[in-house]
Amino acid sequence: MSKERIDVKKTYKLFINGAFPRSESGRSYPIYRKGSKVLLAQPAQASRKDLRDAVRAAREARSKWHSASAYNRSQILYRLAEMMEGRRSQFVEEIMAQTSASKSVAEKEVSEAIDLWVWYAGWCDKIGQISGANNPINGPFYNFTSPEPVGVVGVFAAPDSPLLGLVRAMAPALVGGNTLVVLASEKHPLSAITFGEVIATSDVPAGVINILTGIRSELSSWLASHMEVDGLDISGVKSGSGEIRALATENLKRIADFDSSTSPNRILALMDQKTIWHPIGI
Amino acid sequence: MSENSNPFTYAPAPESRELVSIESSYDLFIDGKFVAPKSKKRFPTINPATEEVLSKISLGGKEDVDLAVKAARRAYERVWSKLPGKERGKYLYRIARLMQERAREFAVLETLDNGKPIRETRDTDIPLAIQHFFYHAGWADKLEYAGAGSHPKPHGVVGQIIPWNFPLLMLAWKVAPALATGNTVVLKPAETTSLTALLFAQLCLDAGLPAGVVNIVTGDGSTGASLVAHKGVDKFAFTGSTEVGKAINRTLAASARPVTLELGGKGANIVFEDAAIDQAIEGIVQGIFFNQGHVCCAGSRLLIQENIHDLFIEKLERRIEEIRVGDPMDKNTDLGAINSKEQLAKIIELTQSGEVEGAKAWQPDCALPSRGFWFRPTIFTNVTGAHRIAREEIFGPVLSVLTFRTPQEAIEKANNTPYGLAAGVWSEKGSRILWASRELKAGVIWANTYNKFDAASPFGGYKESGWGREGGRHGLLPYLTHSSTPRVKSGKGVRR
Repeated sequence: MSKERIDVKKTYKLFINGAFPRSESGRSYPIYRKGSKVLLAQPAQASRKDLRDAVRAAREARSKWHSASAYNRSQILYRLAEMMEGRRSQFVEEIMAQTSASKSVAEKEVSEAIDLWVWYAGWCDKIGQISGANNPINGPFYNFTSPEPVGVVGVFAAPDSPLLGLVRAMAPALVGGNTLVVLASEKHPLSAITFGEVIATSDVPAGVINILTGIRSELSSWLASHMEVDGLDISGVKSGSGEIRALATENLKRIADFDSSTSPNRILALMDQKTIWHPIGI
Repeated sequence: MSENSNPFTYAPAPESRELVSIESSYDLFIDGKFVAPKSKKRFPTINPATEEVLSKISLGGKEDVDLAVKAARRAYERVWSKLPGKERGKYLYRIARLMQERAREFAVLETLDNGKPIRETRDTDIPLAIQHFFYHAGWADKLEYAGAGSHPKPHGVVGQIIPWNFPLLMLAWKVAPALATGNTVVLKPAETTSLTALLFAQLCLDAGLPAGVVNIVTGDGSTGASLVAHKGVDKFAFTGSTEVGKAINRTLAASARPVTLELGGKGANIVFEDAAIDQAIEGIVQGIFFNQGHVCCAGSRLLIQENIHDLFIEKLERRIEEIRVGDPMDKNTDLGAINSKEQLAKIIELTQSGEVEGAKAWQPDCALPSRGFWFRPTIFTNVTGAHRIAREEIFGPVLSVLTFRTPQEAIEKANNTPYGLAAGVWSEKGSRILWASRELKAGVIWANTYNKFDAASPFGGYKESGWGREGGRHGLLPYLTHSSTPRVKSGKGVRR
């Protein structure tokens, strides 16, 4: 009789509205250990209906997230970094299993992802100060401009670096007060779902971040053409961004497309500036 | 009552036409010269208040657009990009001063070509256009403080397409920030209103602006399409309809060239029960009848709290009866001519749909001139959110009145549109104004005022009303790239 313990494997499912459902389509697709035929997991292959459910959840979560004070959002995002730190070893193992990264490379990626998250968390209560304005009007009016979230943002995680590619894409849109529908990397989706578990144990309200795994060529056009999605971060798209831009034109989604992962401009690209006038008088 | 027996009627007070001389035909302005169009085509431009043909305008073809873009490229590479900001600024100051000196001439020419009242061109269009050049002149040597990094760079050649509702002002909104940030320009004015742009071209010569920095290619939709299709243009800015804006963006999507869009609107003007009623009446009138309602941010939907509806409408109708409709050249005129036959047909079609769908129309009993294109100020009551006149942009002097009971309902109705350009809030309660201003999905909120514009105030829409801002520090950003920060793609997708 063997004394070896049989480990309990994880079922990787979607993350929608704070819950972990399977795809309503019943579809899943295999992910193998890098360079082998060893099955790592069978994450859900999200359908168009799953995407619609995710968008609806994100829409309904808008007021909860946007109306939270900037200080409060900043603390919630910082706590999320604390939760990431607690899962460090799991993230490292998953990165190594999905890619050919060595342990030190994987550890570096996790550290970088956590630090980037902390950097962005601090922006919540500062972005309005560096980009707003009190405008000197030629007349007796008080006139000021401040940035507001565009609403629901579709986010494309970069295909490489499973965790960092995800964090780079999500953090700026989230800091701006938007709610998200995230398309995980098709090849390396496992880190995204584990990240969903981090979100679920943080204080980010349900529906603020929704994560879909599946086939990118299916999901991209559905997300880009969805009329209740207000913006897209396509920095993680390596090819076909022209088609995404064309589809996004239907409701004039705001588009963020950056090489840099540490730029306040990336936050602002998914915000709209509102200018308010009021007369001054006795 | 005849005019003679009523001491309160206004005697005619026409502005003189002597100030302007209009040539019988106009060439294109390319590379610092007025040149005949290669297309060999010209079309008439008329005064919409009289249908008099004012002049013949060149119709820029593909070849003309190409020459203009090449001239702008040469000017960018050889002259304009090498000029320090403070020198660029001096040209803009010169232009502002020349416009001030000839302000009355611009006002008269604009009124003749557009049909809007001389009071508005004289007091709003032209002074604001001048302010835009003056304001942006001062930015030219301070761009490192604009928020686009420490070494912001221009895009190069900018293609700009402007509408007919504020011809010279829209030119100023486009050209002033583009030049201040170091770009060169190919501008296409609207088909029906090219004359002030061509006078502006003369001003560029008078100011000694280097050849090719500003090129003006007049024409129609096909001219604009050639400009959008031209691969030599690095950045686009368009003001006009949402439909055309989307078409432009589809053309540009594959190359990911940056574009600023100022598109349509269906602005909600919300009057709460605690509003200062008479002040609100003035604001509603200003919101929808300013410039014949040819305003993308017009307050075309009045949302009125139900308990004050009847009183408010009665007062509003009494006020509208005082609006003077007629000769735009008369200094007392409030409402001028509709800009074109096509636009008049569109207004008539939409107002007819309002009646068919069950809304109730009201118009004052005012006389209209026998020639030209005219439409009486109109208000529709009994409007529901499903009516076309509550959903579609009419772009005319037509107000749709809806009611609400609670503040939440007001916001829900106001935001129930794919547009998001502007909205108004009328209340004497500060906290309610700030709450409503926060909840409204629109780029400009006018609280206890409406239709106010300023060169220092960012203007632009949420949702399908557009991308980017014009005016103020924010309006500079779409014209700058961030090439000094190497990890950021230059200009790509940077919209604020």
